[in-house]
Amino acid sequence: MAIDITKIFKKKQTEILERWMQNQLADAGLREDLMSNEDLRAESEELITALVKSLNDKNLSDADSGDFDHVIEILSGISISRARQGYSPRETGLFIMSLKQALIEVVQDEIEGPKELVEVTLKLNRLMDSFSIITFETFIKGREEVILRQTDEISEISTPVIRVWDGIIALPIIGTLDSARTQVVMESLLTEIVESESSVAILDISGVPTVDSLVAQHLLKTVSATRLMGAECIISGIRPEIAQTIVHLGIDLSGIVTKATLASALQYAFRTLRLVVKKEVKAIS
Amino acid sequence: MDRIPILKMGQFLLVTIQVDLYDRLALDLEADLVRMVSKTGAKGILIDISAVSIVDSFMGRIIGNIGVMSKLLDAETVVVGMQPAVAITLVELGLPLKGVYTALNVEKGMDLLKLKIQVTDEDETDPEYDHSDDISE
Amino acid sequence: MKQILNMITATISLNKDHMPVQRDQDVVPFRNRVKEYATKIRMGLVNQTKLQTAASELVRNMLRYGGGGEILIEVVSRGRDNGIRLTFSDKGPGIADIAMAMKDGYSTGKSLGLGLPGTKRLVNEFDIKSELGKGTKVVILKWANG
Repeated sequence: MAIDITKIFKKKQTEILERWMQNQLADAGLREDLMSNEDLRAESEELITALVKSLNDKNLSDADSGDFDHVIEILSGISISRARQGYSPRETGLFIMSLKQALIEVVQDEIEGPKELVEVTLKLNRLMDSFSIITFETFIKGREEVILRQTDEISEISTPVIRVWDGIIALPIIGTLDSARTQVVMESLLTEIVESESSVAILDISGVPTVDSLVAQHLLKTVSATRLMGAECIISGIRPEIAQTIVHLGIDLSGIVTKATLASALQYAFRTLRLVVKKEVKAIS
Repeated sequence: MDRIPILKMGQFLLVTIQVDLYDRLALDLEADLVRMVSKTGAKGILIDISAVSIVDSFMGRIIGNIGVMSKLLDAETVVVGMQPAVAITLVELGLPLKGVYTALNVEKGMDLLKLKIQVTDEDETDPEYDHSDDISE
Repeated sequence: MKQILNMITATISLNKDHMPVQRDQDVVPFRNRVKEYATKIRMGLVNQTKLQTAASELVRNMLRYGGGGEILIEVVSRGRDNGIRLTFSDKGPGIADIAMAMKDGYSTGKSLGLGLPGTKRLVNEFDIKSELGKGTKVVILKWANG
């Protein structure tokens, strides 16, 4: 005897929702601070409606079926937004797990033959497990997005351009200089040169742990780009061990102005701009 | 046919490139500029590329050509106002833009040209930048 | 299962556009079209400039050596990252030695000889196929956040 599972779910849709809500609300870990019960109910109802609509006897055990596209879309949306709001994986998992429980409870009431019941339950189990996996996959994806955004923020924070003097800007680089970072450094340095109409830019590398040939290449590129814009770029903060590495690796930095300290770079910049800093001599009365 | 206008300001020729150049237009500009230098006896050319969003190797070569050709006619060329994104791209592309000086904006470019003309007999070792760029306080 | 996951990672529909390029005057409109697409997927200014410059180099090569051809502009996506793929196809004489052409400083024409290797540095992916007498096909790809 074939059992019309679609019919059962259509008929019992409200009951499923009620049971599901009960399951969810019963959990101690419910985050009422993050979402109101009304919102939770609306979310749950949307998902159930989509699920009941797309579910039929044929696709019951086949989560790969295209029929579930809409369900998966809703599920992914919920899962990603929860990841962003700071739900724990457990709380997010509970959302879909408790639906499974509600569905099976309803099926238990409706199907009498034990053989059919086991069969439907197993299929339902498999389907809902697939949905759970998707929920976790998208949840982690949502978290990864958060991390990526923070990484971007960090790289922006870590490249502050300082206006040292009228016409002189400085950019202290702290940490490793890879090609992605170089791009950010170059961009903020050049943009600031245009905005502040500066003729001299000082790139201080005291905070760069090592300079290998790749880093040197990045530095050279930055200097060349600055010159193309019509400004001079000085590299300062060359520590003795870095000078040694540069020579040992055979890196040619002779085309650019390098200084040991930011102070001497600034002095050079002053000379370039024909500025003089003098100690005030007090007249003895 | 379109042409890029060339303005004469005293000893200098001023060109502002406002549109993306297609090849014909760029070649015409090269020819027009060299002709103008010869006709007016201008001592300097200032090319403002602040509105140019792309400089590819073709455009780079035209600019370089202008620099070298006008140098033969005893005029200096300064390119001003290059966008940061354009500068970064040129460096990545490996285009050095030889034969011309660069400056941040028209004002600084003018100062640089004036300075170049004064010291025109002196030997210049670094053609890409001259740090005597004058910002007197 | 795998199919579903793929559907999640590649939800953005692919957008395609063909553009024939036969004359010098076609270069600027083509570049503008590339810019339009790049702006649409919110590519940063520097990456946009790099992509447009690379496109400009290749379209010039196509006009100079291949006698014009056709360009396919595509919006592609990989996970959360979007990108633009350009395919330049011409029916010109083809390139005899690609390895040689990809070396810095090599050129058969009257250019600066940094065309292909320089262009490669500007994009994330670069592929060239050429058959003597049949034509050349160059594919480049730039990610919005690459």
